[in-house]
Amino acid sequence: MKRSKTMELGVGLFMLAGILGLVFLGLRVSGLSLERPESSFELEANFANIGGLKPRARITMAGVTVGRVQSIELDTDWYDAHVIMELDGSLEDTLPEDSTAAILTSGLLGEQYIGLSVGGAPETLGEGDRIRDTQSALVLEELIQQFVSNMAKE
Amino acid sequence: MFDNSGWESERMTDSPFVEVEGLHYSRGETAIFRGVDMAIPRGRITAIMGPSGTGKTTLLKLIGGQLVPDAGRVRIAGEDVHALSRKALFKLRRRMGMLFQSGALFSDLDVYENVAFPLRVHTDLPESMIRDLVLLKLQAVGLRGARELTPAELSGGMARRVALARAIALDPELVLYDEPFVGQDPISMGVLVQLIRRLNEALGLTAVVVSHDIKETLSIADYVYVIADGRVMARGAPDELDVDRDPRVRQFVHGEADGPVPFHYPARDFHADLLGAGGPR
Amino acid sequence: MIERIVRLGRWGCETLESLGDAGIFLVQSMFGVPSAEGFRLWLRQVHFVGVMSLAIVLVSGLFIGMVLALQGYTILVDFGAEDALGQMVALSLLRELAPVVAALLFAGRAGSALTAEIGLMKATEQLTSMEMIGVDPLRRVVAPRLWAGFVALPLLTIGFGVVGVWGGQLVGVQWLGVFEGSYWGNMQASVDFIADVGNGLLKSLVFALVVTWIAVYQGYALVPTSEGISRATTRTVVYASLAVLGLDFVLTAVMFGGLS
Repeated sequence: MKRSKTMELGVGLFMLAGILGLVFLGLRVSGLSLERPESSFELEANFANIGGLKPRARITMAGVTVGRVQSIELDTDWYDAHVIMELDGSLEDTLPEDSTAAILTSGLLGEQYIGLSVGGAPETLGEGDRIRDTQSALVLEELIQQFVSNMAKE
Repeated sequence: MFDNSGWESERMTDSPFVEVEGLHYSRGETAIFRGVDMAIPRGRITAIMGPSGTGKTTLLKLIGGQLVPDAGRVRIAGEDVHALSRKALFKLRRRMGMLFQSGALFSDLDVYENVAFPLRVHTDLPESMIRDLVLLKLQAVGLRGARELTPAELSGGMARRVALARAIALDPELVLYDEPFVGQDPISMGVLVQLIRRLNEALGLTAVVVSHDIKETLSIADYVYVIADGRVMARGAPDELDVDRDPRVRQFVHGEADGPVPFHYPARDFHADLLGAGGPR
Repeated sequence: MIERIVRLGRWGCETLESLGDAGIFLVQSMFGVPSAEGFRLWLRQVHFVGVMSLAIVLVSGLFIGMVLALQGYTILVDFGAEDALGQMVALSLLRELAPVVAALLFAGRAGSALTAEIGLMKATEQLTSMEMIGVDPLRRVVAPRLWAGFVALPLLTIGFGVVGVWGGQLVGVQWLGVFEGSYWGNMQASVDFIADVGNGLLKSLVFALVVTWIAVYQGYALVPTSEGISRATTRTVVYASLAVLGLDFVLTAVMFGGLS
């Protein structure tokens, strides 16, 4: 009887440890946060070329992560990339209307993300609004091509 | 069968408890039984004897419903064993106990739990009642003091006695003994012989003993079947068993080395073999 | 020639038949009426296959995490990308190494023991005598072991992953001097809970089912001699390992192969 008690205790601890491990994987490794952001709002932006941007990529402002890319699809009206961004709710109706979004690369080979920079207009962006001023990703081949043709002209 | 009085009268009459009719069974190409008929009377000890390899254990497995015959029927208390559903078969088996050659005690349980096992799975008795019953059965086989040992700590004879206590834990109507005497020293053999007889007398249960130990078996059996060559070769009460009519039975009962059951496994001519007419072996 | 074709056909039929047997066996044993007694038996098996395998799985996880960090660092540092170490360690552990290596260890440690145990029970007629007592050995012996494996291996996989990530941190951050913030930060930015942790666990659930099924079936269907038991034990480890690696490819192709 005593042996089976310690066995039950062992199994109980084992399962508890497994659940705690799962929580660790969730919080520490995959960065889920327990308190869901109370609110968020969406902005849209069209880019001529998104390069290697992926859904769930970071959106930063002055280097601080303020949201994530929710979806990317082709806009068939303009044949450019239509990106929907999900931003922290505290920024709703505070960003000036002429803010710009640029696709940047962290480091030389790192992942791509969207950097927002603030404009100066009095009107602000709200739920579902569009950022008009965008800057596409830098594509290495295009840069090299420009460089080579400039060299040829000289 | 439908009213209680009918069941009572069935019990009173000497109708056979187990009936085997025209049993055929073969394993692969070899025919093991070629038409076996038996009637095992209620409340008696019936012995099934025969040389090793005649399929006595197989016969018990056929009776217990673990093997399915090619043809023929086995009826226990009027129910055709092999026509039953899995569920009904398991229900029928609660009325049977079987003592295995090796004892077959559950190695992860101690002696007490082994005997309590059938009670726990088939009854909802309170723990105190189970304890009383287990001690009663262990007392009957003389091993009440060994209840805390594990099967690995038991000698062969003790293991078999514990297995016997487990087999009778549910007070079955039928107990099948598979080679109960094999590999036992004379003392534990004597103990087992006495136990089987006493259980039969005290509980009135029907017993089938499969064995090739002639002396012990004949001393307790009420009725004997001798099987050889896939058939029943002789039958009768021990003292009137006509052993001399069939040479095979005579050889078996008298323990002659050579006879109709040959000493040699079938082989080529010895001289030809020695002179190397064949291959390298 | 015809003889060959006949033999091939017979082999095919026999293989199909034994697969069918194993399938029926699985269904018959997995779906029984749960009871308090069954729960106790299940608990004992979780202890046997899970808790007793914990040490080997955790130690292996620690070393694999440490090796990953060491190897990854030497490659990443050439590109100046050693900040991505956490991401690399976590993704390769969660998606691939934790489910696969834990399943392989589980097959060797618990699977072979299950086969041998059930095989020995068969050889000593314990299964037969259970049947004669009127208890279905599939329910009593096989089912608790199947369910225990099904629960234990995913838990072991989680443990493997956690210890591995921690081991990677130990080597990467403490020893090689990767900045701790970027180790965890890059990891959190790139690991998705559903896509990576979830899919890894899904893999390990599939492996758990397959490994325990193979182990238990090999034990139940073996030839009850000492040679038969040793053969069946070997077969368990071989078949289970092959099945894990093969299924891993299929699952990876479906989950991460960009087919969706």
